[in-house]
Amino acid sequence: MVTAERVWEALAEIPDPEIPVVSLVDLGVVRDVEVDGERVYVGFTPTFLGCPALEVMRDQMAERIRELGAEPDVEVLSEGWSSDWITEEGRRKLRDSGFAPPSGHSPATLLQIQTNTHACPYCGSTDTRLDNLFGPTPCRSIRYCNACRQPFEQFKTL
Amino acid sequence: MSRDITALLRLADDELILGWRNSEWTGIAPFLEEDVAFSSIAQTEIGHARAWYELAAKELGTDADSLAFDREPDEYLCAPLVEMRMADDWARTIARHWLYETADRIRIQVLLNSQDREVAGLAEKIDREEAYHRMHAEMWAERLRDEPAFREAVDELWPYALGLLPEGQRPLLCQAVEMRAGEAIERGEHTEGLRPLWEEMTMVRRSVPGASW
Repeated sequence: MVTAERVWEALAEIPDPEIPVVSLVDLGVVRDVEVDGERVYVGFTPTFLGCPALEVMRDQMAERIRELGAEPDVEVLSEGWSSDWITEEGRRKLRDSGFAPPSGHSPATLLQIQTNTHACPYCGSTDTRLDNLFGPTPCRSIRYCNACRQPFEQFKTL
Repeated sequence: MSRDITALLRLADDELILGWRNSEWTGIAPFLEEDVAFSSIAQTEIGHARAWYELAAKELGTDADSLAFDREPDEYLCAPLVEMRMADDWARTIARHWLYETADRIRIQVLLNSQDREVAGLAEKIDREEAYHRMHAEMWAERLRDEPAFREAVDELWPYALGLLPEGQRPLLCQAVEMRAGEAIERGEHTEGLRPLWEEMTMVRRSVPGASW
């Protein structure tokens, strides 16, 4: 018998296709799991709408649920993902791999992005500057640490 | 609830075609940072197009790819502003980017209050992503503000920018960019830029109709 708890555990083993150090559960993209006999419903929301990993995530979740012996029903929710939903565990894993986790609240202006406190994931210094609002994937920006002279990727706050 | 399919397709077509135009800077932008920025912006715009197409497709009993790629050029509802090829002119590109993002925010703000929960939810998500496009556009508009090439491009594109929005929303655009209202170039007639773009964009899909990629 499949339980919701078992499904959450299984989904927590799926690495994010673009940042494999964190799982889909760490990222907070899995919003809802409901088990109804043999049928497992998963509601999820991708980080960015243009995320090319959307189909990969959907297929991998369905695959894991089938492995548990249940029939998957994975729905993409219209509700917007927020970077606040990245778990504490997810933030720690990101930091350990050189990604700065998102800061607390969504920036409304460029000035806020430039002046908000962003700590370098390597040395912890907050003497960092914005290099590029955009990075290798839609969810990341590029910053530079003036203290340890290391460029690093900053998760966008959304 | 019946959706305003025309309004959804206008939005989706604008985002798809502009996303395509923005992607033309990939590899040839004046700075590496801008190469990355325009590529990323293009990717998000096309993602937004897909999301709007999916909503429209549910009503029309089709799918997003069919709406994006299986129509004839004349059937697209995009505004002339997004059709023009500008990948050889940075000042015009930034002028369009700034005018478009400013206008786009106005129509998204209206959709945030839609009675249709799916439309409002999607508008909310898109608005938060677009905040980064707007910051980028404003940063560049500020930097080029006194450049004659940029000013000329803004004047040239202004009637096109007005035509992006329904008439009732145009005063908000005038206010936002501090420009005077004037004659708008309306949607309906396509510019000569659309057909070559369409031919390139749909080439692979047309090569093997009905294939799954």
